[in-house]
Amino acid sequence: MDSAYGLHRLQFAFTITYHYLFPQLTMGLALLILILKTLALLKNNEKYDDAAQFWARIFAINFAVGVVTGIPMEFQFGTNWSRFSRSAGGIIGQTLALEGVYSFFLESSFLGLFLFGRSRLGRWGHWFSALLVFLGSWLSGFFIICTDAWMQYPVGYSIATDGKLELSSLSAVLMNPWAFWQYLHNMTGAVVTGSAVMASIGAFYLLESRHVEHGRIFVRLGVTVGFIASVLMLFPTGDGQGKMLGMHQPVTLAAMEGVFQTQNGAPMAVLGQPDIERRRLDNPIEIPRMLSFLTYKRWSAQVKGLDAFPREDWPDNMPLLFYCFHIMIGLGTIFIAILGVEALLLWRDIIWNSRAALWTLMMLLPFPFIANTAGWITAEVGRQPWLIYGVMRTERGTAAHLSAGNVLFTLIGFMGIYAVISVLFLYVVYREIERGPEVVH
Amino acid sequence: MATIWFWLVAAIFAVYVLLDGYDLGAGILYFVLPQDVQEKKQILSSIGPFWDANEVWLIAGGGTLFCVFPPAYAASFSGFYLPLIIVLWLLIARGLSIEFHHYIKHPVWTPLWDAGFFASSLLLALFFGVALGNLLRGLPLNKDAEFFLPLWTNFSIQGELGVLDWYTISVGLLTVAGIALHGALWIAYKVSGRLEEAASTFARRAIWMVAALAVWVTLATFSVQQHARHQLESQPIGVLFPIVALAALAVCAAAIRTGRQLKAFFASSVFHAAMLGTAAFTLFPYVLRSNVDPNLGLTIYNSNPGDYAMKIALGWWIPGIALAAAYSIYTHRRFAAKVTSEQHAQPY
Repeated sequence: MDSAYGLHRLQFAFTITYHYLFPQLTMGLALLILILKTLALLKNNEKYDDAAQFWARIFAINFAVGVVTGIPMEFQFGTNWSRFSRSAGGIIGQTLALEGVYSFFLESSFLGLFLFGRSRLGRWGHWFSALLVFLGSWLSGFFIICTDAWMQYPVGYSIATDGKLELSSLSAVLMNPWAFWQYLHNMTGAVVTGSAVMASIGAFYLLESRHVEHGRIFVRLGVTVGFIASVLMLFPTGDGQGKMLGMHQPVTLAAMEGVFQTQNGAPMAVLGQPDIERRRLDNPIEIPRMLSFLTYKRWSAQVKGLDAFPREDWPDNMPLLFYCFHIMIGLGTIFIAILGVEALLLWRDIIWNSRAALWTLMMLLPFPFIANTAGWITAEVGRQPWLIYGVMRTERGTAAHLSAGNVLFTLIGFMGIYAVISVLFLYVVYREIERGPEVVH
Repeated sequence: MATIWFWLVAAIFAVYVLLDGYDLGAGILYFVLPQDVQEKKQILSSIGPFWDANEVWLIAGGGTLFCVFPPAYAASFSGFYLPLIIVLWLLIARGLSIEFHHYIKHPVWTPLWDAGFFASSLLLALFFGVALGNLLRGLPLNKDAEFFLPLWTNFSIQGELGVLDWYTISVGLLTVAGIALHGALWIAYKVSGRLEEAASTFARRAIWMVAALAVWVTLATFSVQQHARHQLESQPIGVLFPIVALAALAVCAAAIRTGRQLKAFFASSVFHAAMLGTAAFTLFPYVLRSNVDPNLGLTIYNSNPGDYAMKIALGWWIPGIALAAAYSIYTHRRFAAKVTSEQHAQPY
């Protein structure tokens, strides 16, 4: 990682991973806040308005950090990945500019109005501004997913005589089947994060016997929406995304599952350590024939292994890919189980008396962040060694005239600044949670 | 089509300068005008509901440049690697300083947010001006349409170029002065009490400084840049840009004297737009000029992404920007009242 190429990748990976901790919560919360505002109107109950306002304050802090850490992402396409931007800018420039023009203005203009306009806008006006903030943040996610989906599965372009890629159909880029599944999968992932955080804070209040009425609203909404979303993660969205991989990136699928040899009746590895040199999984814990069944619905079906593909097309950090994929799947399964039980207890109305159930809920908080991050690493490391799958290798996309020293300088700078941001962020959010949702009218 | 896009990109960056310009200017004057904590709060309150949305115009501008002139975006962003990342850090520092001023109100920490807000505003204005100066001076673009500039070499426009030299720093200083003027006029328009007076007085004095620097930079540009002279000879109509700029400055000076604050602010906006128009005019049809060989420069003809992409982008860009303008006008109207000196909270 001392080459300029390695540093370009490390800087992008570091800044994007850090950045995405914030939007995944704001996109999830945007939906939940809208639901709270709708419930307030339907039930004509101010408690729900107060609850929405509390989460809007948490949203605002996350939004601010999301914005300041998001701007570097747009810049880095040009600063560090200039050869990629030069040849593919005609296509992804469209989606990135669409995001700026259609969602950032919407979000930034109406968030302020939502935060401070409760008394001025009237109940319906305030509900409407919540709707616009929701639309802005989910639209933003859509354009970014379209950009990434195009890099995963490029469509709607042609190659000009000078090798530059030209846009031939914007609608094809926006209606990329890859983007469809990836968007649904990603947004449900964001909803899981938002719901888990809401339920977790609610459980914390209930365990402390503070803000009980609000705590119950948070737990009820968080567990209900979180359970639905975590099921949707698996099916149909995760399944749809997996089928896309099977069709268009079979080598990635083999690497994710840790299948080195093509075989009939392939087992599914639950744990293990990929050993690239010996081409095998060390210490595997496997479910026999399961992978064949899941992929082809036949126990003895043949599954292609990495040996079916040329070595230079293998994802270049196969162990990381394997681990992240398994962390994502493992946590996803655990979410369904835990939230399923919590939902059952909620339905029977006995969750409030079970400290164990509330405590488990509270401890859930960090895990959706880990699962979402692992999922994105799976998608992006899985795309390697391609920057645009099948079209441009990652090493061909960098700013070739930048020295490693310059990139290391800025990478260290980003790390320092983000460390400071983390401390400030945690302090402010902690204080907001301490203050609680109770409003003195 | 490419010509339309050249001017639209220039226009969106101009809107950015006019809008974010006033809150950057307010930041530059943050340690100059206020005499007490209350007046500092007035300044922050006057930009509170707007600065974030104003900054989005920069992001939308960058996105638009990426969309319609990708090679120019790629070459300039990677060539100005260090200064651009530093601009990013300043944007982060500024955003956090404003936000945490609000979140962490504590006598020990407030000076930190104050200093961060002031320093980042000042340096951002300077760097934006320097960046514009670099575009006007021309860049060492090679045959792969790439360049790399160190932050500085010997501050001369001869020999190995750096981002900072006497010419680009001059443009930077003009920008700082112009933005400070713009900020003073905004403050005068948006607040009441002693601060309103102080801002007007500052503007009345600063405007001479701005006028002198504007004339100096304009003359320097035509001497540094042959292409600028060539543009003016082939299209003499372009002389209108600097004339409009100076006329707007005169109107602005008169409006300050007669106490018409909104008129003064709009005149200053016209001044900044016309100065940027001058810059765009002297650059046209180049997006990035090469000092190595004029044929290596990136023009609107060799760096656009093709007719289909430009046409379809125009189709969604115009309505999208119209919407954005509508939001901006709506929020500015919604919070149109002056910030009084008694007001404690943000004026939301």
